[in-house]
Amino acid sequence: MRTIDTDRIARAVATLCVKANTDLNQDTEMALRRAKGHERSPVGIEILDQLLENAQIARNSAMPICQDTGLAVVFCEIGQDVHIQGGALEDAINQGVAKGYTEGYLRSSVVKDPLDRINTKNNTPAIIHYTIVPGDSLKITVAPKGIGSENMSRLYMCKPSQGLQGIEDAVIETVKLAGSNACPPLVIGVGVGGNFEKVACLAKQALLRPVGEYSRDEKWADIERALLKKVNRLGIGPQGFGGSTTALWLAVETYPTHIGGMPVAVNINCHVARHESITL
Amino acid sequence: MIKRINAPITEETIQTLKAGDTVLLSGVVYTARDAAHKRMCQALESGQKLPFSLEGAVIYYVGPTPAKPGQVIGSAGPTTSGRMDAYAPKLIERGLKGMIGKGQRAKEVIDAMVAHGAVYFAATGGAGALLASRITRCELVAWEDLGTEAVRKLEVVDFPLTVVIDREGTNLYDMAARDYQE
Repeated sequence: MRTIDTDRIARAVATLCVKANTDLNQDTEMALRRAKGHERSPVGIEILDQLLENAQIARNSAMPICQDTGLAVVFCEIGQDVHIQGGALEDAINQGVAKGYTEGYLRSSVVKDPLDRINTKNNTPAIIHYTIVPGDSLKITVAPKGIGSENMSRLYMCKPSQGLQGIEDAVIETVKLAGSNACPPLVIGVGVGGNFEKVACLAKQALLRPVGEYSRDEKWADIERALLKKVNRLGIGPQGFGGSTTALWLAVETYPTHIGGMPVAVNINCHVARHESITL
Repeated sequence: MIKRINAPITEETIQTLKAGDTVLLSGVVYTARDAAHKRMCQALESGQKLPFSLEGAVIYYVGPTPAKPGQVIGSAGPTTSGRMDAYAPKLIERGLKGMIGKGQRAKEVIDAMVAHGAVYFAATGGAGALLASRITRCELVAWEDLGTEAVRKLEVVDFPLTVVIDREGTNLYDMAARDYQE
């Protein structure tokens, strides 16, 4: 049994919030550079240049890449031999988010009640996903998620008879409906299988995979390649101004499902697919 | 060719702008997003004065991050304009000439733009740090309690924008994909 103090967890979460929001992941930045080489639209190239310059300014001045510093989505993988000391884990995570967002000059975008809409002023509470895993360490991933792209995400309860075509139709329809609203070029997370709530989590987890790292299952890796190609044939382009870069990346995560169903979730992200992890 | 224009915007300037044009905007723009739009429309309904004159005004749909000491403003890119569609026609009817955001607009907004003369610009979504570097002044105007959603008066210099919907109602988003579809 290993003991981890809640103070340490809170400090780690605060650091991850700031880092994720100000330092664009290297894999995404490389994907932007690669896309510039393929982009056919001159306006599209100009937009990709702006996004690269933006990432530089953000990194150099520790300014948020995007003003929507998101809802703080936190994934906790808790080793079953870990003992957390000093208070409730959930409180520690929320203390970390509050510290990171206020001291890090990030935007507080959370309202307490969906109808009354009073801002909580420190971006809490976080949206926390816990999993218990073997071992004696605690892995925390902070993945701040902006609402512009979240609003354009969709969930489909497909029939098994729809097969691969059902998945493709869901992705293409979602990207078309998102259009310019979700700030293309996009990073797309797709979940397939499980049930209603599981498939949404799979799509979210797909957004955590490094850009450029295809599924380890060859069949699904081929599906990811084909879907990305189809998305980029739509012509929506950077910011919806037309072009060949509608998405930088698409990843699929799957899970076993029921004999009678095939849920598909498409979680849309802009190029700022932020996520930072630490293992304590 | 890049056009340089000034805000507040005149009807003459609006007539020169076409969907797809790249422009650099300098002058005064006001920030307002969901909550401020709701309050502005409530104020209009109850006959109260708005925090700023709509005549020729440009509204930027933005909720910036807090400025660090020494900074004019934090990260300040556009938010999705469609959420302001319910309110925008009322403001356009009363003299609003320009809107800066990103994403599609409702037919009611475009109809009001054509009827009263207004233009819709997009700024690059996800380029909040770059856009902040073109903002030279930021002053709180109203509704401080709204935090990031408060109304602020900004001075911008060479703010990079694309005309998405022009005075005739021509919409860049509707045409753009056709040229690159495969």
